[in-house]
Amino acid sequence: ARTRDNFTSKIDGILSFGRKVDDELFEELEEILILADVGVSTTEKIIDNLKEKAKEQKLKDAEKIKELLAEEIYDIMEAKETSFKITQPTLILIVGVNGVGKTTTIGKLANKFKRDGKRVLLVAADTFRAAAIDQLEVWAGKNNCEIIRHEEGSDPASVLFDGIKAAKSRNVDVILCDTAGRLHNKKNLMEELKKIYRVAQREFNEGNIETFLVLDATTGQNAIQQAKIFKEATDVTGIILTKLDGTAKGGIVISIKSELDIPVRFIGVGEGIDDLQEFDSEKFVRALFE
Amino acid sequence: MAFESLTGKLQDIFKKLRGKGKLSEKDVKEAMKEVKIALLEADVNFKVVKEFINTVTEKSLGQEVMESLTPAQHVIKIVNDELTALMGSKESKINFSDKPPTVIMMVGLQGSGKTTTSGKLANYLRSKGKSPVLVACDIYRPAAIKQLQVVGSSINVPVFSMGDKTSPVDIAKASIDFARNNNYNVVIIDTAGRLHVDEELMDELKNIKDAVNPDEILLVVDAMTGQDVVNVAESFNEKLDIDGVILTKLDGDTRGGAALSVKAVTRKPIKFIASGEKFTDIEVFHPDRMASRILGMGDVLSLIEKA
Ligand SMILES: Nc1nc2c(ncn2[C@@H]2O[C@H](COP(=O)(O)OP(=O)(O)OP(=O)(O)O)[C@@H](O)[C@H]2O)c(=O)[nH]1
Ligand SMILES: Nc1nc2c(ncn2[C@@H]2O[C@H](COP(=O)(O)OP(=O)(O)OP(=O)(O)O)[C@@H](O)[C@H]2O)c(=O)[nH]1
Ligand SMILES: [Mg+2]
Ligand SMILES: [Mg+2]
Repeated sequence: ARTRDNFTSKIDGILSFGRKVDDELFEELEEILILADVGVSTTEKIIDNLKEKAKEQKLKDAEKIKELLAEEIYDIMEAKETSFKITQPTLILIVGVNGVGKTTTIGKLANKFKRDGKRVLLVAADTFRAAAIDQLEVWAGKNNCEIIRHEEGSDPASVLFDGIKAAKSRNVDVILCDTAGRLHNKKNLMEELKKIYRVAQREFNEGNIETFLVLDATTGQNAIQQAKIFKEATDVTGIILTKLDGTAKGGIVISIKSELDIPVRFIGVGEGIDDLQEFDSEKFVRALFE
Repeated sequence: MAFESLTGKLQDIFKKLRGKGKLSEKDVKEAMKEVKIALLEADVNFKVVKEFINTVTEKSLGQEVMESLTPAQHVIKIVNDELTALMGSKESKINFSDKPPTVIMMVGLQGSGKTTTSGKLANYLRSKGKSPVLVACDIYRPAAIKQLQVVGSSINVPVFSMGDKTSPVDIAKASIDFARNNNYNVVIIDTAGRLHVDEELMDELKNIKDAVNPDEILLVVDAMTGQDVVNVAESFNEKLDIDGVILTKLDGDTRGGAALSVKAVTRKPIKFIASGEKFTDIEVFHPDRMASRILGMGDVLSLIEKA
């Protein structure tokens, strides 16, 4: 199947040499998943399924185990949805905890949508962090696209309100709204985010509203909590997994997909404007074992 | 949450061991399985957990359960003591130079909190009577210099910048002269975020180090970091021989197992923790508090302390 051969060759290292299917083998596979931040409970679930199927199919060959493991994870990750396309006026709210890459990702997304021939407007609704507005402005400049900004310290919901108004009068296809980084356990900041989201729902009800949660691939188990609470607040429709150009695997999105069923839409692979890719579950699973 | 699960599980395991007695091999093994899961769920690195469990198992075998504690509490005490010891048994402070200015260099991955923490550290050191200057060596990220300038002006600390066309090495060098000439006795260098596998940018840090010979190279680590933190810390330490670590974003609800992993692979002290976006949200690191956070059981521990 498609790139599956490629995938299997990567875990040959552990599984080849005519190895027996024994506890030690499963322990090594478990270790790989844990080290990729998949988390204890999801890892146990995957390994248990794997063991059961191995028993059912009376597998004595370690080779076959790797195919099964790959399938287990694909089954979890494969999004039912087709790839993300802009087909009607769309507002994308970008949310997440501090420093994960929200503003940078907006710069990259703007570039992507402009290349697709869309008219893009940025909304600088992070009015809190030092020079956050200037940072977004630099990205607007690089993309040669419009930006709506207020002063530092002003109400973020009202910046979005103005952004939506401007977008409507200018026939904008995509609004990309930056928000301040906030930890999900801060009640007041999550309330502020809900208020921003309500403005989006009220003022943009004829268009398509998406909320993308940006997750840093280096983050561990806390990302599950982030996804849960941001989803409750703003009905997250997709995840963008950043910083996959490092050595972190971002395995936590497997747990998130399995528990909360939020699809991963894009990945970030660098700081440049072109360092954004559509999420490819096969490539992702393969990389877990590299 | 985690507190209940680990304590509860340990209590179940030791149910048969009512009252006093020695901890048997079987009991300890079973208990350690639960401790292992708790540590992994707190994001302590897998390999670090393995080593830790081995040590603690050895220490626990055959121990007489203390009069005042249940067997479950006794095991928790052993685990906690070992965790605290591993994270450094005492607080460590900033090394100040005999020949001012003291040079502090902030390094780390993208978005870990270097710029914000530079501001906090400047603010903290000024409250201790120092006169710091912040140095803008991130010439890459959009509006990074502006960010440091906004930070500087909000805490009233000067920012030394040469724009984004001069090399960070030259900026760093020039900042030392600037500090000397203007009687600033602490120089805090904010560098650009970078990946530990980015050779070119890692070399840049080494060149800054060689040029200004910092008294402190502090690795800024996001407390939410997962398993990969050992690779990050190891690479930065190998390249720069760091002096310490600052753990940020502890105002979140992460258990912060990264603290243990970083300490285990670098053997360098965690000097400060940051827990908020305000400039006063920085404090000296306390190993014991971090241990109980990682285990997620402050309550049990305070009970044990009283015992
Ligand atoms: N290596 C790498 N760095 C990235 C990636 N995406 C973002 N960054 C960097 O991560 C850092 C933080 O990015 P920002 O876009 O400012 O993050 P943010 O979420 O907007 O941060 P706050 O607004 O402060 O919460 C910057 O140094 C970015 O250049 C990525 O995919 N790979
Ligand atoms: N909640 C919380 N946020 C923090 C803390 N420290 C830093 N931040 C936030 O984390 C984000 C990134 O901080 P920066 O100081 O810009 O990080 P940096 O390492 O300089 O980032 P780059 O220069 O892009 O690599 C910002 O939104 C900060 O406000 C902290 O202790 N708690
Ligand atoms: Mg931002
Ligand atoms: Mg910075």
